Amino acid sequence: MLTVTDLSVAYGPIKAVNGISFEIPRGAIVTLIGGNGAGKTTTLQTISGLVRPAAGVIRFNQEDITRLAPHEIVARGLCHVPEGRLVFANLSVAENLALGAYLQRDSASIDRTREHVFALFPRLKERLKQTAGTLSGGEQQMLAIGRALMGWPTFLMLDEPSLGIAPRLVTTIFEKIVEINREEGLTILLVEQNAHLALEISSHAYVLETGQIAVAGASRDLRDDPRLKAAYLGG
Amino acid sequence: MSEFLQQLINGLSLGAIYALLALGYTMVYGVLRFINFAHADVFMVGSFAGYYAARHAPAGTLWGGLAVLAAAMAACAVLGVLIERFAYRPLRHAPKLNVLIAAIGLSLLLEYGVQLLFGATPRNFPQVFPSARLQFGPLTVSSNQLVVIVVSLGLLGGLQWIVFRTRLGAAMRAVSLNPRAAQLVGINLNTVVAFTFALGSALAGAGGVLYAMNYPSIDPFMGVMPGLKAFVAAILGGIGSLPGAALGALILGGAETLVGGSAYSTYKDAIAFGLLIVIMLLRPAGLLGRLTVEKV
Ligand SMILES: Nc1ncnc2c1ncn2[C@@H]1O[C@H](COP(=O)(O)OP(=O)(O)OP(=O)(O)O)[C@@H](O)[C@H]1O
Ligand SMILES: [Mg+2]
Repeated sequence: MLTVTDLSVAYGPIKAVNGISFEIPRGAIVTLIGGNGAGKTTTLQTISGLVRPAAGVIRFNQEDITRLAPHEIVARGLCHVPEGRLVFANLSVAENLALGAYLQRDSASIDRTREHVFALFPRLKERLKQTAGTLSGGEQQMLAIGRALMGWPTFLMLDEPSLGIAPRLVTTIFEKIVEINREEGLTILLVEQNAHLALEISSHAYVLETGQIAVAGASRDLRDDPRLKAAYLGG
Repeated sequence: MSEFLQQLINGLSLGAIYALLALGYTMVYGVLRFINFAHADVFMVGSFAGYYAARHAPAGTLWGGLAVLAAAMAACAVLGVLIERFAYRPLRHAPKLNVLIAAIGLSLLLEYGVQLLFGATPRNFPQVFPSARLQFGPLTVSSNQLVVIVVSLGLLGGLQWIVFRTRLGAAMRAVSLNPRAAQLVGINLNTVVAFTFALGSALAGAGGVLYAMNYPSIDPFMGVMPGLKAFVAAILGGIGSLPGAALGALILGGAETLVGGSAYSTYKDAIAFGLLIVIMLLRPAGLLGRLTVEKV
């Protein structure tokens, strides 16, 4: 569904991503793991059009989307839940969700999607009028995912959904990610530093180190991989 | 007392013009985080557009006046979009200082461009709306002042409606809150920025015509002082805040007129900048502004 070929990204003289290639089949959960500054966020931002690559090709459903603007990529059903969540802090939960449906025109189906998001995250329904900036970190993450779902994506990219969230909520959010994948058939690219959890719910994994793919394979196999154990799985 | 009320009405009509101009500064700042210093010259171009449009409209009629206003607003909206497209968009990712220099260059280009085309001699602005003096008890209100107040209120109401009730308005607010997140929900950044320039410039164009009606001579450098005052008003109210810009402009217009009508009238321009210094010391974010950490 998504194919990235020889992607390189640089910020001025700094090379953040250095010729990576990977592929995500329809319906899968694939994870990209790696330490701080490995280039994970840069990769996602390049796919969603926020950052321009120095070289490489990104294809989504066979179409070359490398040079498209972010809004054109969203319109094709590829949604990005950014690192740090980036909810509209001064707006209410309801307004945030409404903006998530910015490209949707049919108000009946917008309402249906909203109900669906509430079913997934009942907490959001309780807090509809609350200003998004005053939500807890976990609630903001739910809102960020909910906002992305409002745009009817077929492909969801999640950048460190566990960042800065209480462990109990992390489990909930990961369960929801699996649910979204199973029940709605959304394809998911999950970026994580929490390699344990990411390998548990994904089918395939790529390990990024200083802008290059160091290890790749089935998540099941990587759980026991000695190369990962030392670096990412705490021994 | 009636003297005071009279000055208040004068101040209100001056403040309304500053408000139309201040909104453009604050809107562009809201979405792009820089001050468009060429905005004052768009205001000046609005007066010139109105001046030429007036030749083709029946003088001294309501419809003629509204047509002149609409023509100036349309001309300025187009100018604003062109300015953004060709001067600012190429610098979207450049350091702020480059953008500032471009803005100053653009401002000079517009001023001397208009001078080259139309000459430096001030021209008298025609009476485009019907002219009358209305007497409310001891108060005299010229019909031009009334037009300024009514038109400005109408435009402010229209702006409020666009920003809070339309899809593009919602997109504008989203971009000003968080440009990245806005793009990730599918908002076209370039469309929103162009729309913001069109809107702000159209208001400046209306301001240019209304200003010229009451201070009835126009020249290529007429935008400088009102532009500076409106900029101060936008800062005063809290840059980025729409009600703030309107409030700042009314305070400034009122203060300036009251001082202008007193024994200290020569200091009226000093008032604007004195007020700016005082407010900035007391409330660095402006009256209705929120102090936010500069995003990187
Ligand atoms: N806007 C930027 N300008 C310059 N350098 C940047 C920018 N964004 C990221 N970098 C650099 O690019 C490299 C990759 O950063 P990136 O954010 O992609 O890493 P990451 O894998 O997401 O890390 P983390 O897990 O900490 O979020 C880092 O060296 C970072 O300093
Ligand atoms: Mg990151």
